[in-house]
Amino acid sequence: MFQGLLSLICYVPLAGALLILFFPKDSKKGIAYFATAVAAIDFAISLPLFLQWDTSLAGFDQRTFERFDWIPSIGAQYVFGLDGISVLFVMLTTLLGLISVLSSWSAITERVKEYYIFLLVLQTGMLGVFMSLDFFLFYVFWEVMLVPMYFLIGIWGGANKLYAAIKFFLYTLFGSVLMLLGILAVYFYYGAQTGVYTFDYTQLVTLGADPEFFELSKWIFWAFFIGFAIKVPMFPFHTWLPDAHTEAPTAGSVILAGVLLKMGTYGFVRFNLPMLPEASRLYAPYMLALAVVGIIYGALVAMVQRDWKKLVAYSSVSHLGFCMLGVFALNVNGLNGGILQMINHGLSTGALFLIVGIVYERRHTRMISEYGGLSKQMPVFAAIFMIITMSSIGLPALNGFIGEFTILAGAFQIPSTVALSFMGWSVGGKFWAVCGVSGIVLGAAYMLWLYQRTMFGGLDNPENLKMTDCNTREVIYLVPLVACCFWIGLYPKPFFRILEKPVARLVEQVGGGRTGYAHLAAPGPAPAPANDPRAVE
Amino acid sequence: MAGLLWLIPVLPALGFVVNGLLGTRLSKKAVSVVACGVVLASFVLSALAVGQLAGMDQGARYMENRLAAWIPAVDAGGSSPGLTLDWLFVLDPLSAVMILIVTGVGLLIHIYSIGYMWEETGYWRYFAYLNLFMAMMLTLVLGGSFAVMFVGWEGVGLCSYLLIGYFYWKTDCADAGRKAFITNRIGDLAFVVGTLALFAAFGTLEFRPILASVAVGQGSTFLLTAVALCLFGGACGKSAQIPLYVWLPDAMAGPTPVSALIHAATMVTAGVYMVCRLSPLFLAAPAALAVVAIVGAATALFAATIGLAQNDIKKVLAYSTVSQLGYMFLAAGVGAFSAAIFHLTTHAFFKALLFLGSGAVIHALHHEQDMLKMGGLKGRLPVTYKVFLCGWLAICGIVPFAGFFSKDEILWRAFVWSPAIWAVAAVTAVLTAFYMTRLMGLTFWSPSRMDHHAEEHLHEVGPSMKWPLVALAVLSVVGGFLSVPSALGGDLMPFTMERWLEPVFEPATYAALLHGEVGGAEAAAAEAPQAPHAEHGAALEYGLMALALVLAALTMRFGYGFYKDGLDRAAAVRRRFSAAYDLLKNKYWVDEIYDAAVIQSFYRLCRAALTFDVRVVDGAVHLVRNLTVGSSYLSVFWDTWVVDGMVNLTGRSIRRASGLLRRLQTGLTQSYASAMVFGLFVLICVYMYVS
Repeated sequence: MFQGLLSLICYVPLAGALLILFFPKDSKKGIAYFATAVAAIDFAISLPLFLQWDTSLAGFDQRTFERFDWIPSIGAQYVFGLDGISVLFVMLTTLLGLISVLSSWSAITERVKEYYIFLLVLQTGMLGVFMSLDFFLFYVFWEVMLVPMYFLIGIWGGANKLYAAIKFFLYTLFGSVLMLLGILAVYFYYGAQTGVYTFDYTQLVTLGADPEFFELSKWIFWAFFIGFAIKVPMFPFHTWLPDAHTEAPTAGSVILAGVLLKMGTYGFVRFNLPMLPEASRLYAPYMLALAVVGIIYGALVAMVQRDWKKLVAYSSVSHLGFCMLGVFALNVNGLNGGILQMINHGLSTGALFLIVGIVYERRHTRMISEYGGLSKQMPVFAAIFMIITMSSIGLPALNGFIGEFTILAGAFQIPSTVALSFMGWSVGGKFWAVCGVSGIVLGAAYMLWLYQRTMFGGLDNPENLKMTDCNTREVIYLVPLVACCFWIGLYPKPFFRILEKPVARLVEQVGGGRTGYAHLAAPGPAPAPANDPRAVE
Repeated sequence: MAGLLWLIPVLPALGFVVNGLLGTRLSKKAVSVVACGVVLASFVLSALAVGQLAGMDQGARYMENRLAAWIPAVDAGGSSPGLTLDWLFVLDPLSAVMILIVTGVGLLIHIYSIGYMWEETGYWRYFAYLNLFMAMMLTLVLGGSFAVMFVGWEGVGLCSYLLIGYFYWKTDCADAGRKAFITNRIGDLAFVVGTLALFAAFGTLEFRPILASVAVGQGSTFLLTAVALCLFGGACGKSAQIPLYVWLPDAMAGPTPVSALIHAATMVTAGVYMVCRLSPLFLAAPAALAVVAIVGAATALFAATIGLAQNDIKKVLAYSTVSQLGYMFLAAGVGAFSAAIFHLTTHAFFKALLFLGSGAVIHALHHEQDMLKMGGLKGRLPVTYKVFLCGWLAICGIVPFAGFFSKDEILWRAFVWSPAIWAVAAVTAVLTAFYMTRLMGLTFWSPSRMDHHAEEHLHEVGPSMKWPLVALAVLSVVGGFLSVPSALGGDLMPFTMERWLEPVFEPATYAALLHGEVGGAEAAAAEAPQAPHAEHGAALEYGLMALALVLAALTMRFGYGFYKDGLDRAAAVRRRFSAAYDLLKNKYWVDEIYDAAVIQSFYRLCRAALTFDVRVVDGAVHLVRNLTVGSSYLSVFWDTWVVDGMVNLTGRSIRRASGLLRRLQTGLTQSYASAMVFGLFVLICVYMYVS
C-alpha cells in the first residue's frame, strides 16, 4: 500500500519547485500560495505513514521499500525504505517544511520565486537523506541539501550572511568529505570480504557482526564522527551553527534547527551504532563526555547572549547534547529518549525560531535589549511563547520533559565501567547523568531570563508600542507545534510504540546483548523477584 | 469513586482552560463563577472520596486510579529496565488530608480573591493561573509515582512563577518570579537525581513498590541515604529551607491571596508532604533523617530571627512561614511524621488567615505594606482585627487554639529525640510569639501613624473577603481538635489525625504488600513499637506543654506592653543594639552574599565560556581558514615563481643560451680556423700534461 509512496513524498517538493519556474516573476502571492499547497500536499501524503505504521516491525517496512539499479558498475542502487526511527524524521520534515513555507509569506518580499524553489528543493534533499538506504544515494542527498541552504542563507540572510553561508557550507562539506572516506572504506572492505561491491545499507550493516572488521571500524568511526558531529553539532564543532542560525531567514533557521541538525544524530543512530558497534562502545565515554560538555557549555554561552536568535542557537547545542547523551547511553531508555528528544527539539526550537521571526518581522532587530514588556502588547504571542519556553526547559506534561527524563533514566543505567580515565582519576557511570541533569537548571536560567527581558517589564521602547499581536496566519502555523508539544508531553505512547521494536533491535545490534554494555557489566545479583506489589493486589 | 479520582485535579484544569481561552470575552462575574465553581466541585468530590476512604478498614484505606500509560512499557528485557510511567492517582489517608486542605483552603481563597482582585487588570488571567495551580497541586498530592508527583511539583512551580510575576510590568515582580523558579529548579536537580537513582535501583518510580522494597530491607544504606538527601534537596527548594529559602520572601511580590494559598498554605508544604510520603525511605536512612531535623531546626530559628526586624507586614509573615516550615521538617526529622502533617494542617489554617488578614489591611490602606505607616487599626477594622487575633493566638500556641496542639506535639517529640533540638524549637516558639505580637502591636494596637489620605479612605472588607476570613478564623480556633494528643485525652476522641495517618507512616504496611499478607498492615501496626509515650511518661509531656505555654504567654504580654503605646521603646532598644538590628533587618545579608558568591561567579563563568567560544573554538576555525587562505597565497607564490618560474626559466635560459651560441655562428672562416688552432693547442697541452 505504501508502494512508491516514499518517492512520491520525496519528489513532490522538487516537482513543485520545477513548476514554480513557470510562474511569472511578479506573481509573488501566487508563488507563495502554490508553494504552500505543495508543502501541504507533501505533508498530507506522508500522514498515512505515521497513522498506519506497523509498530511490530523492528526493521525496515517492506511495504515502503523501493529498489532499482542505478549505477550497476559500482554497485550503487536507488533504495528507499523506512523503519520506525526514520518515519518519525520524515514526518517531522514534512510538518516543518509546511510550517516554514507558511512562515515565509510576509517575511520574504524579494526574489520570491527563487526563494520558494530553494526551499522546496531543500525539502526533497532532506527527505531523501532520511529515506535512502543506499550509501551512495544517501551521500548524494546529503550534499544536494547543502546547496539550497547555502543560497537561502547567502541571499535572504541577515547582515553577515555571506560569512555565515560560506562557513556553513565549507564546514559541513569538510565533514562530509571525511564521511565519504568512511563510506568508501566500508564499501571496499565489504567488497573485498564478500566479492560483492555494493553501497546497499542493508548488506553493509551486517559488517557489525564481523569481528575482523573491528580494527578498521575504529578508523571509520572517527571518519563518520567528524561528518556527523559537525552536523549535530557537537562541541567543539559547533561554531558554524550560531552564525548560520542567526543569519538565516526565519524559515531557514527553522529547517536548520528542526531538521538539518537531526541528520547528524540520525547518522549516529543509523550508521555508527549498528554498523560499528564495537567501536561505538569503545568510544562511548568520549561521546558521552562531549555530549555532557555540550549540554553545559551551550547553556553557559546561551546565558550571556545579547542576540535573541543566537541565544536560541546556543540552546540547540545544549539540547542536542542531551540527544547525544541518550544515544550513547546505548540502552533502550537512552535511545528512546534520545530519538524522541530529537523530534521534541525540532518542534520546540523550530517554534522558538518562528517566534523570533515574528518579532523580527515587526521590528527588524534581534537584540534582546530592544524589547521588553511585549506581554502587554502581544498577549497571544506571549502565551504561545510561554508554552514553548516551558517545553524547551522540560516542564513535565510538555514534550521536553518526556525526552529529557527518558534520556536521563537511560544515562543513569550506564555502568560505571563506561568511564574516562586520566592520570588515575576515572569519571563515568552515573557521573554523565548527574552532569546532564544540571542542564535542567541552566536551561531554565537562560530561557526565563530571555522571556523576562523580552516579555516582562515596562514597555519602555516607544518602537515596541507599534507592535501588533500574532495574526491568524502566525497563529495557524504555531498552534500545530504547541499541540504536538502537549501531545508528546501528555500521551507520548504512539511515539514510543513506533520506536519500541527498532530501538530494541538497535540495542541488540550495538550491545551484542540487550543491555548495551552486557559485555562489561559485572555479574550482579538478579533483580529481586516479586518486586511489584501490583501483582499482589 | 476510585475511578473518578482523576476528576479532582482535572476539574480545576478545566477552569483554567475555560478562563484561559475565553477569559477576555467573559464578564468578571462569569470568570469568578467558573473559577470558584470548579474548585467547589473539586472540593465536594474530594470530600466524597475521603468519606468513602474513611469507610474502609483502617489498614486497607487505599484507592488508586490508574488512568493510562504515560510512557508505555517498552520491550527492554535484560537487567536494564525500560522506563514505564502511568498516569496514576492514589488516595490514602495522607493524600486525603492534603486534598481536603488544598481544595478547602483553596476554595476560601478563591472566594476571597473575587473581592481582592476585582479592580486589578487581567482579572481572568489571575483566576486562570489560580485554577491551574489547584490542578497542579492536586496532581502533586494525588500522584502515585514520582513522575506524576513531579508533574504537579513543577506545575505548581510554574504557577508560582506566573502568579508572583502577575504584575509582570514591575521589574521586581518579574525578578522575584524568576528567582523562585530557578531556586526551585536547583532543588529539582537534586530531586531528579534522587528519583533516577531510585529508578536505576528499583526499576520503577511508583511509590508503593519502592517503599515496599525499602521496607523489607532492599537497597543499601548508602544508596538510600544518598537518595533521601537528594530528595530532601528538592524539598529544601520547594519548601524554602536553608540554603534555598531565599526565594520565598521575595515571592511576596505577588498578590496577597497568592501568598496565602501558594506561599503559605499549600505549595510550600509540598516538600514536607513529600518527606512524609516517603517516610519508610527516610526511616531506612537515619543519617538523612537527622539532616532533615537539623536543617529544619536551623531554618526555624534562623528565619524567626529575621522576622523580628522586618517592617513589611508580608515579609514578617513570609519569614514566619519559612520558620514554621522548618518546624514541620524538624518534626518529620525526629520521626514524628503525623505531627508534621498535623502542623502542616493547622499552619495552613492560621497562616492563610494571617495572610488574608494582612491582605485586608493592605487593601484597606491602598496597598500600603509598611507596618511603620499603620497603627491604630484595632477600632477601624474590627472584623479584620478579630480574625487576626485568632490567627495570632493560634500561631503563638495558646490553648486551645490550633497551633497549641500541633506545636506542642512537635516540641515534646523533639525533646525525646534530642533536648538540644528541643531548645532550638522552644526558642523559636518564643521568637515567633514575639514577632507576631510585634506585628499585632504595630498594626492594630499602637497609635496610628497613617497619613491623612490613607486614613480617609480606610474601609473594612466586603462580604466576599469577610466570610473566608471568618471561616479560616473558626478553623484556626478549632482546628487543633483534629488531633488531640493522647496525653490530653486524645484516645477518647472519635478522631485524631495521628490514628488516621498511622498506617501511612508504618513501614510494616508497605512490607506487608510485598509479603502479600491480608490485613498484614494491622497486625504489623499492632506489633510496632508504641510511640515513646510509655518510655517518658506523661509528666514530661505535661511539663513541656506548660513551659511552652507560659513562655509564649509571657512573651506575648511583654510584646503587648512594648508596642501598645508606640515605637519609642522599640526605637531605644534598636539604637542600643544597632549592629544586631542591622544584621537582622538586612536578613544577614544572605541575598548579597549569594549574589556575590554564586550569581556573579556564575555570570563570570558564562562570560568566560563565551570568550572561550569566540576566541578559542571559533578562533580555531578561523585559524584553519586563515591557514588555508594563507597557504593558497603560498601556493600562488610557488606556482607563479617556482613552478611557472621553472618553465619560464627553462624557456629563458634556452633563449639566452641560444643567443650566446648564435654569436659563434659568425660565418667568418678566419674565426673558425683560429678556433680550431686554439683547440688543437689546448688538446696538445692536455695530452702532454697527462702523459
